[in-house]
Amino acid sequence: MYSSVTSTSSFETRKKLLIEEMAKFLPSDSIIADEETLRVYECDGLSAYCERPLLTVLPDSVENVQKILKLCHRWGVPVVARGAGTGLSAGATPSPEGILLSLARLNRILRIDPEARTATVQPGVRNLAISQAVEPMGLFYAPDPSSQIACTIGGNLAENAGGAHCLKYGLTVHNVLAFEMLTAEGERVRVGGQGLDNCGFDLLPLIIGSEGLLGVITEITVKLLPSPDAAQVIMAAFDSVEKAGDAVAGVIAKGIIPAALEMMDRYAIQAAEDFVRAGYPTNVEALLLCEIDGVREEVAEYVEQVEDLFRELGAVAVRTSQSDAERALLWKGRKSAFPAVGRISPDYYCMDGVIPRSQLSYVLTRMREMSEEYGLRVANVFHAGDGNLHPLIMFDANVPGEFEKTEEFGGRILELCVAVGGCITGEHGVGLEKIRQMRSQFSDSELEQFHAVKEAFDPGGVLNPGKGVPILRRCQEYRSIGN
Amino acid sequence: MTDIADRLVDQVMTAKTASRPLMIRGGGSKTFLGRAAAGETLDMSGHSGVVDYSPSELVITARAGTRIADVRRILDEQSQMLPFEPPEFEGRATLGGALAANTSGPARPWRGSVRDALLGTRIINGKGEHLRFGGVVMKNVAGYDLSRAQCGAMGSLGVITELSIRVIPKPELETTLVQECNEATAINKMIELCRQPRPLSAVCWTGGRLYLRLSGAEQAVASTIGYWGGELLERAADFWRLIQEQTHEFFDGDMPLWRLSVKPSAPPLGNDAPVLLDWGGALRWVRAESSLTAMERYAVSAQGQASLYRHGDRNGEVYHRLSPPLRALHQRLKAALDPDGIFNPGRLYSWL
Ligand SMILES: Cc1cc2nc3c(=O)[nH]c(=O)nc-3n(C[C@H](O)[C@H](O)[C@H](O)COP(=O)(O)OP(=O)(O)OC[C@H]3O[C@@H](n4cnc5c(N)ncnc54)[C@H](O)[C@@H]3O)c2cc1C
Ligand SMILES: Cc1cc2nc3c(=O)[nH]c(=O)nc-3n(C[C@H](O)[C@H](O)[C@H](O)COP(=O)(O)OP(=O)(O)OC[C@H]3O[C@@H](n4cnc5c(N)ncnc54)[C@H](O)[C@@H]3O)c2cc1C
Repeated sequence: MYSSVTSTSSFETRKKLLIEEMAKFLPSDSIIADEETLRVYECDGLSAYCERPLLTVLPDSVENVQKILKLCHRWGVPVVARGAGTGLSAGATPSPEGILLSLARLNRILRIDPEARTATVQPGVRNLAISQAVEPMGLFYAPDPSSQIACTIGGNLAENAGGAHCLKYGLTVHNVLAFEMLTAEGERVRVGGQGLDNCGFDLLPLIIGSEGLLGVITEITVKLLPSPDAAQVIMAAFDSVEKAGDAVAGVIAKGIIPAALEMMDRYAIQAAEDFVRAGYPTNVEALLLCEIDGVREEVAEYVEQVEDLFRELGAVAVRTSQSDAERALLWKGRKSAFPAVGRISPDYYCMDGVIPRSQLSYVLTRMREMSEEYGLRVANVFHAGDGNLHPLIMFDANVPGEFEKTEEFGGRILELCVAVGGCITGEHGVGLEKIRQMRSQFSDSELEQFHAVKEAFDPGGVLNPGKGVPILRRCQEYRSIGN
Repeated sequence: MTDIADRLVDQVMTAKTASRPLMIRGGGSKTFLGRAAAGETLDMSGHSGVVDYSPSELVITARAGTRIADVRRILDEQSQMLPFEPPEFEGRATLGGALAANTSGPARPWRGSVRDALLGTRIINGKGEHLRFGGVVMKNVAGYDLSRAQCGAMGSLGVITELSIRVIPKPELETTLVQECNEATAINKMIELCRQPRPLSAVCWTGGRLYLRLSGAEQAVASTIGYWGGELLERAADFWRLIQEQTHEFFDGDMPLWRLSVKPSAPPLGNDAPVLLDWGGALRWVRAESSLTAMERYAVSAQGQASLYRHGDRNGEVYHRLSPPLRALHQRLKAALDPDGIFNPGRLYSWL
């Protein structure tokens, strides 16, 4: 569709025309066209994929976003939405022939309704800012991705972000009541409402997690929950990963749903401990962090049960936080695990696969074997409660060929996840990064069905083109006939 | 306990070739629901049985024609349950029907809806392709979520053949408190109590009484009773079953039954019609001879939507009307999954 415009001169012409058109409604500081500043927007959190956009625009009102989309739709210019750019699957990588649409300036909390327990916000509001704003009312917004200080709620919707607490409180899709979105044509559509469910097709879950391919989200109403009056975290250390895996299953089988249940392996523990000194034992193979929250009496009852269970199942050390400061410290180690691993290796590559809990031991063993095969170390940090793995493959980008080897290894881990009944991404999205592995999870007919859905929302294919769903040869042929 | 997927695919292919509408039928429990529509029956009841259930994974996978009652019995043995408490409708309701019709019970605001518990589905689309979306794991963002999009579609986006659903452990203890009050006071109390971090799992008001169900660890329930007070309801489980199954006396008779999904803190609707409040105020059942337009107006004033749930004119529109851009998206999505329009045409909206 856009391949007609590839020569440098037409690029420049198009860029000039777009700037002229947009300058009619956007203030000049909202249009970024110089190569130097554009470089800032070349990639998101996954810097292996870089592209310079034609232009970056930073509109400060929904009306202006609408005008931009209408213009791009008319001219067939690709548009890639961007929140904070913390995505780890190259979902916000710009299109070289298109516009990078930053929503960072749409960052106002519009309404808080403590009686209905909702907050209505613009897409550029940071995840953590919502909980901070409603904390004095005794409320909080549950999904808490580790990137929550930086990532935006719009990006969270696009990725159906989850966090450590989603085992009990769900993902973004479970915590959003309504949103307003602009279609590829620039039409405003309201999806959902102030009630808990709505008539017609449930478009909410279809669009949440669709990685900016079906629409641009411009306003969001989230559910708020009462802050639990107590929370404690139990840390348990094990001398084998298998035992830790069994302990995870044991907690669930007991009928207790922890607020969070996280696991780290030897490398991750060591790195985190060296980095933040959380007091983790470092001569062990696996560490579990299990948080229990709720009514004070309930927390006390469950903490005791879980401590006993961990000991029964072979924990070599069990420690429970006795204050909020201690709890925060135990979590700080976990939350800094990624940067901590960054200190023990020149580079690392974060994967995001999901497996059924019962496959934990098997998958970890297979990963260890593959790690030896590739000669690359892997640190494991994961949301054990919901089977979401984050293997961090350590490599050195300066060694020729090592990134390619790392990518291949990562791809094989994802295929392993699918083979045991899981999936290729739990929360980071497909983006550009995992597009090849989509074929291991979906058949051609399923992928074609996705394309048909995309067509329904974005017939011109302007929104975040080339991401999420691989183009099938069949579709390509079909498209070339269409052109 | 059989797999008749191949037969279902054949029937869809035949209908597609002949451009003949199909009426997907689960247990036949919800004939009253949606718009009157006609077509050849595609019977799901033969496609039943649990495919996989591993209690420690908290996931059950079953064919769509499996009866809710059967699923419940199997989960019961492991002290687990369906979080969304769907009605069984005299034992006839099926899992596929519960998803298609989006029927969640009293725990909806706390434990989520049928869609929230859903992890994956298999569906037959209008091209007769048997496809799988989602999976058996809690997190999954690969591709578009066409599983959860089946929720409330009344079968118009495909034949659901299999569902994987998240289950939860049964609470240690469940008790219900009752307090006498009028509707306005009830709404205020609901607002106040739902803001507290207490183990609530259902809040309903009917006949001048507010019912608060507490579920959780023994001590948490006990301490909450201490805080809130009120009378303990005897045989509470029976009461909640009446609400869940819509067999409470409020639901008797053939006066049209309206379902209003609204902002929970909205004040009373202020007409004189009998009302039952569920979901902590977010779901309001109203009995009234009324037009959809009038009920829509009420619902909009409460920042929500109305539908004619039972009785009344089933030939006109029965669901809250959609804005023009939303309607266009519905038509395009329908065409993407069911290009020949063979699945339940007209059941959801006359134009769909
Ligand atoms: C250290 C670290 C830890 C992380 N931990 C977690 C975690 O625990 N859980 C988790 O889920 N993720 C995690 N992430 C990934 C990332 O933070 C999330 O995916 C987040 O939701 C992305 O938000 P963003 O605002 O940065 O979006 P961006 O990276 O800017 O964009 C992500 C995608 O969303 C689209 N998009 C953005 N805004 C909109 C909009 N308004 N409308 C439509 N599409 C839009 C973009 O086009 C892109 O496809 C982590 C990332 C890092 C770097
Ligand atoms: C005017 C009128 C005429 C009728 N004519 C006939 C007739 O000629 N022959 C006949 O047998 N019945 C007829 N019925 C009954 C009706 O077609 C079926 O009972 C109904 O379509 C199936 O839903 P259910 O009542 O079983 O409810 P449920 O099975 O609980 O289902 C409720 C909704 O979910 C859909 N659904 C159920 N299972 C699935 C699934 N697995 N995948 C996708 N969607 C699903 C249903 O189509 C329905 O929209 C008629 C009903 C009316 C109102």
